[in-house]
Amino acid sequence: MIASLLSWFTDAETWAGESGIGNRLLEHLWYTLATMVVAMVLAVPAGLWVGHTGHARWLVTVANSLRAVPTLGLLLAASLWLRTLPGDLAYVVPSIAVLALLAIPPVLAGTYGGIEAVDPAARDAAYGVGMRGRQVLWQVEVPNALPLILSGVRSAVLQVVATATIAAIVGLGGLGRFIIDGLALSDYAQAGGGALLVAVLALALEGLLALVQRRLVSPGLSGRPVGGSRKDDEDAPREEPGESTVDLRTPA
Amino acid sequence: MDWLASNWRTVLDLAVSHLYLAGVPLVVGLVLSVPLGWTAKRWSRTYFAIITSAGLLYTIPSLALFVVMPLIVGTKILDPLNVVIAMSVYTVALLARTVADGLTAVPDHVEQAATAMGYKGLRRLFGVELPLAVPVVAAGLRVAAVSNVSIVSVASIVGISQLGDLLVDGYNRVIWGELVTGILATVLLALVLDALIVAGAKVLTPWTRAAGGRA
Amino acid sequence: MIRFDGVTKQFPDGTVAVDDLSLTAPTGKITVLVGPSGCGKTTSLRMVNRMIEPTRGAIVIDGQDTARMDQAQLRRGIGYVIQHAGLFPHRTVLDNIGTVPRLLGWDRARTRERSRELLERVGLDARLADRYPTQLSGGQQQRVGVARALAADPPIMLMDEPFSAVDPIVRDQLQDEFLRLQDELDKTIVFVTHDIDEAIKLGDQVAVLRVGGSLAQVAEPAYLLAHPADDFVADFVGRDRGYRSLQFQPSPRLPLRSERTVVLGERPGEAGSAWLLVVDEHRHPVGWVEPGRVGDRPVEDADLHRGGTLARADGTLRGALDAALSSPSRRGVVVDDSGALIGTVLAHEVLSAIEDTDRPERDERDPVRGGAVDVAGEQA
Repeated sequence: MIASLLSWFTDAETWAGESGIGNRLLEHLWYTLATMVVAMVLAVPAGLWVGHTGHARWLVTVANSLRAVPTLGLLLAASLWLRTLPGDLAYVVPSIAVLALLAIPPVLAGTYGGIEAVDPAARDAAYGVGMRGRQVLWQVEVPNALPLILSGVRSAVLQVVATATIAAIVGLGGLGRFIIDGLALSDYAQAGGGALLVAVLALALEGLLALVQRRLVSPGLSGRPVGGSRKDDEDAPREEPGESTVDLRTPA
Repeated sequence: MDWLASNWRTVLDLAVSHLYLAGVPLVVGLVLSVPLGWTAKRWSRTYFAIITSAGLLYTIPSLALFVVMPLIVGTKILDPLNVVIAMSVYTVALLARTVADGLTAVPDHVEQAATAMGYKGLRRLFGVELPLAVPVVAAGLRVAAVSNVSIVSVASIVGISQLGDLLVDGYNRVIWGELVTGILATVLLALVLDALIVAGAKVLTPWTRAAGGRA
Repeated sequence: MIRFDGVTKQFPDGTVAVDDLSLTAPTGKITVLVGPSGCGKTTSLRMVNRMIEPTRGAIVIDGQDTARMDQAQLRRGIGYVIQHAGLFPHRTVLDNIGTVPRLLGWDRARTRERSRELLERVGLDARLADRYPTQLSGGQQQRVGVARALAADPPIMLMDEPFSAVDPIVRDQLQDEFLRLQDELDKTIVFVTHDIDEAIKLGDQVAVLRVGGSLAQVAEPAYLLAHPADDFVADFVGRDRGYRSLQFQPSPRLPLRSERTVVLGERPGEAGSAWLLVVDEHRHPVGWVEPGRVGDRPVEDADLHRGGTLARADGTLRGALDAALSSPSRRGVVVDDSGALIGTVLAHEVLSAIEDTDRPERDERDPVRGGAVDVAGEQA
């Protein structure tokens, strides 16, 4: 098995052309990017609005309940419904639509939850020093919510990468093709190779996004959460820098 | 509806397999998470390592894990065990952190009182700390249950039978009734498991109801 | 000057938080609102900068009705300090302090310069400038909160239990520094607390509110202690109010007696009495010793009983009485401005001095109420 995997990876054929690893990887990244743009354009403003005003919290509940619907079922139903679209659109449109639908709940929940979780004293102080609504949102709420917003984005990205793999079953390109085609042809080297590539891609994106998060989030927030009372001596302990610890993921 | 009327036996059989494939990993995952979560809580240095590895395992897409699993554990590609193990991995990945956080959330004074009364080690864990962590752990278990049920359907692609078969078959043969039945049955199964966990947690934590009544 | 003019706040659920409050906070003075929880003190405070809008009545600042001012502009001209400091966790200490100047459009350089100046002013090390709030202790955070409120030099400060979340020793220190700061700055301050001791220590005038948001009494602290308007105020100002009120009464000339002393490190010599006062080379008292126990050897640090407090010759009756009561020898030690020993005084001598003084009477300048309330509710 290991040997056949190796020979699959070392075969020049595997890497070349439209159905080669390079192109499939680009396709996969492209679907992910397109989906995330759509999802974030919808979910981030909605989450900011719900979090800032406290209106329409039901939006978050509705989005969250979407998570109970099986990804595969949603994908297949959407493709079946839109199968009469011309050419590539027949699988690209339903796939991206379902991927976006799955990416919205974590982004929305992260954004809303992040704004909601901003220290009420900091928000009160922001209004109290004379910031206007928008200034409070952009100067205080968003920077403080950033760890959670980005957590939501990260889990959405992973969800999309995973589901885009499955979408190969309805004809979408990307790395999932190797798995689906490999299984169909009982070519387990190809299927296993594809699976490894997808896993590596997911881990790499996770690592990359973790780095992005580290750069974007203020060091004042990235310290591990401090519990209980603080000491009142003149040199309070410095908190160890680490990552934010909230998780909003569901794998697919 | 017509489709369901003539195929309910199949649906029931598939639902039982689905329940098995999603449910067994919940139990296995829970059993494995307790020592892991306890370790993470007890030795704070291990916390970061355990939580990070759990997070990384969680990032691996399910279809990839189903396909790679035979390579790792040496099973056949069509063995349902692949799915059970993969789902257990996801469950542990999710619950290890929940258990650690749930145990950490047990108030210090309760732990100290327990220690002062002579509770030690495992007896303290099972007699005091775990029961008090039940609400938090149950919340994590609910998330795991719903996500497990959804993910298991993907196993149809690697040829493991459960409710996901209805989705794939309905799609391939353009039978809407079958496809919709598959989705609804999966959602229903998730809701049932969720309700079971909620009920179980309630039975295990009578004091939370007492407090609720007083408020 | 801030004037509450028949201000009422009723929340949508029907509860009345503040009921027809009329009160004046004079310019350059500290007005403390004090009362049990539910008395509407915080609501009253927050109506000044319109964090809460009054249901009826008006709040007028220097002749201008706040309801007609732009909300954000109004707030930028009022310093605001809250209980948990409410620092912005994502900004450094310096950037937190510079918040209002930046909102007012100051440039970066001027803001930073001003922020550094304030950092020093509130007694914080310049090295803390680039730290984040989570890296500070509670007391430090509170100082940064005060610095942030002072940054644009607003004439008015609103302070909502700013010191209640820190431990008692730090609180005491913060209160002292706050008074020192106010001496230099002369802000018009409205200060909310639930702690009557804090109210009496800090207030130029103290307004006691009762549950339901009505004003029970407003007066200078000494007067409040001596003449509580009714049972509620009497209860609220507490059991030791007679003793505490002595802190507002300057000592008359007390009959000081001279005290035989020994310098630390020397031999006590012949034992005249059971207790001997020990001083350092500048005649600053350091403690008492029992000559019988020391015998013939030099007095060491370990021999000292340090329990006694020191009274200042120009201090208050409370200080003098406390010095006598806390002294192991029952002789209260009195020192001059430089801390050097003048003499000692006995408790009964202080008590006679107290008997010879009058209780504090209503101050003519009492800005708020007429003379109607003071006799009616006075307690024995």
